[in-house]
Amino acid sequence: MAATDRRRLLASGFVFLALLLFGHQAVAATLPVDNVDVLYHRYDGGGMVIDGPSVLVRKGIGSQVSVSGQYYVDSVSAASVDVLATASPYEEERNEYTFGVDYLHDKSILSLGFTNSTENDYEANTVYFSLSQEFFGGMSTVTMGYANGWDEVGRVGNDSFSEEADRRNYQLGLSQVVTRNSLVGVDFEVVTDEGFLQNPYRQNRYIDPNDSTAFLYQPERYPETRTSTSVALRALYYLPYRASIRGEYRYFSDTWGINAHTIELGYVHGLNQHWTLEGSVRYYSQSEADFYSDLFPFENSQTHLARDKELSSLSGTTLAVGAVYEWKQTSLPGIDRLQFSLLVDWLNFDYDNFRDVTAAGDYLPGEEPLYSFDAYVTRASLILEY
Amino acid sequence: MRSLSILTVSALLVASFAISGCSSVKPWVKPYERDNLADPVMSLSRHGKADSYMHHVYQSRESARGAEGGSGGGCGCN
Amino acid sequence: MKASIRSLAAAGILACLSPLAGAEAINVPAPDFTLESRSGENLRLEDHRGEVVMLNFWASWCGPCRQEMPLMDELYSQYKDLGFTILAVNVDENREEAHRFLDKVPVNYPILYDPESSVSELYEVQAMPTTVMIDRNGTARYLHYGYQPGYEDEYEQQIRELVRE
Repeated sequence: MAATDRRRLLASGFVFLALLLFGHQAVAATLPVDNVDVLYHRYDGGGMVIDGPSVLVRKGIGSQVSVSGQYYVDSVSAASVDVLATASPYEEERNEYTFGVDYLHDKSILSLGFTNSTENDYEANTVYFSLSQEFFGGMSTVTMGYANGWDEVGRVGNDSFSEEADRRNYQLGLSQVVTRNSLVGVDFEVVTDEGFLQNPYRQNRYIDPNDSTAFLYQPERYPETRTSTSVALRALYYLPYRASIRGEYRYFSDTWGINAHTIELGYVHGLNQHWTLEGSVRYYSQSEADFYSDLFPFENSQTHLARDKELSSLSGTTLAVGAVYEWKQTSLPGIDRLQFSLLVDWLNFDYDNFRDVTAAGDYLPGEEPLYSFDAYVTRASLILEY
Repeated sequence: MRSLSILTVSALLVASFAISGCSSVKPWVKPYERDNLADPVMSLSRHGKADSYMHHVYQSRESARGAEGGSGGGCGCN
Repeated sequence: MKASIRSLAAAGILACLSPLAGAEAINVPAPDFTLESRSGENLRLEDHRGEVVMLNFWASWCGPCRQEMPLMDELYSQYKDLGFTILAVNVDENREEAHRFLDKVPVNYPILYDPESSVSELYEVQAMPTTVMIDRNGTARYLHYGYQPGYEDEYEQQIRELVRE
């Protein structure tokens, strides 16, 4: 994106910010409460098991500031279809640290944070800033966010390999209370990436010029920029009994030619003062990137080449269930509120033009069965407010 | 870039509409009527970090990213 | 085109400000009302003429409301013998939630129920919580919107002032 456009946007952002801060004293928001949030997460499917803890601690300082720190780990045990096709199963660990500050100033909430994520061949640093303001008697909330990321891409086995990728996110959201029982929201986000956006290990395949029943591999080659736009609409409605339904639609489009739709419907049911049950259904579909192909006709047939299944034409379905236990005004010393959640999601992915080269049997290139897999995601979380 | 210009203009229009005290329309859901909206059953992200983790799961496997957030509603206190 | 939209928006914002203060001094007769109280009997505001009344609107689902209640209880025990009382109007649609909270965080001052929001409407409550300081003549003198830690010092200052009148 042109540098002048970026500067203009930032300038407008600051004008907007200044006007909000110094021009208006709305009836306000409250800072998030002091809490400890411990999560165990686990993804199991498609030949991969990734699990680990996440621990967040949040504490208020005075009545206007709240700080938080989070430690998150992904322990990866990978034997996915990509790994099995071109490499060997591996294990690794990704560690992520986040620090954030929220500031309640003249009734706006400003948030600033920093995240560092490290694994043996990738390091990502992100700074984010957001502003949230309630208006119109607390019925409307506007949120504006900006994030800037700097990534360093490495390659195991090649110490001299080092590339960079930068990210910028621009977010705008509006949430509106419509009736005493309903809420709608719209979110808009633009993401731009620049730099080394491909995976240094991943390969794509082309038909062997000497043997049409076989194929050969070549490294992938992505464009050096990518800009994407996402717009989402959501609505919640409180039913005549203690329960709610939720609907969400998101449209995504980017400069790589990918368009995607996401639809999600959810239902939350209050059983009694302690227990809540919930369920949701999600459907996702995307079209492939312009430079994607499962099988290229010959070597170097295009400027950009990708066989990453994440860029293929695919659809995904998720069914999720969960149970939440809440204890308000606990008898535990120092704990105001306790919440335990157990959430299980079943994800299913079907690829329209990515084939499973590891499938048993003799297939001609391009005639292997289409790939699909499913996975279970489990989340067990404990939140203690103190 | 077009998307960003639209974003800027929308941001300012939303701000001027929302902040405007010249409006003759008064908030029709009163602060003391937020009983149901404040109920955790109506919260968009009740599970803390467990919710943002799920966004990460999808972003790692799908091309789409962004606009996953959602705030507002709640008790609107203070 | 972009630049002029920006200037228009800026002008609009600056021209149409209507600040809602956190606390203000007023001088308006406090509207009378009668509500059922937790002790079973009906309480009427007019019956408290001659006393300083701190009228507080709260709900079990409101975090800042819950936060200020123990502090209000302290003020109540300190000043009730000087002709001061607190009338806490609960706006929960379902008073069970309020009771559940009061079981865990007990207070000694009277609790009144306004499940149909008739008194909240009467007082044009614009924030949760809202506190109105009413003097011995039944005139509303101070108005507080919201609660932030530190407001209880203001409450105390105003109670001491009104109690001396």
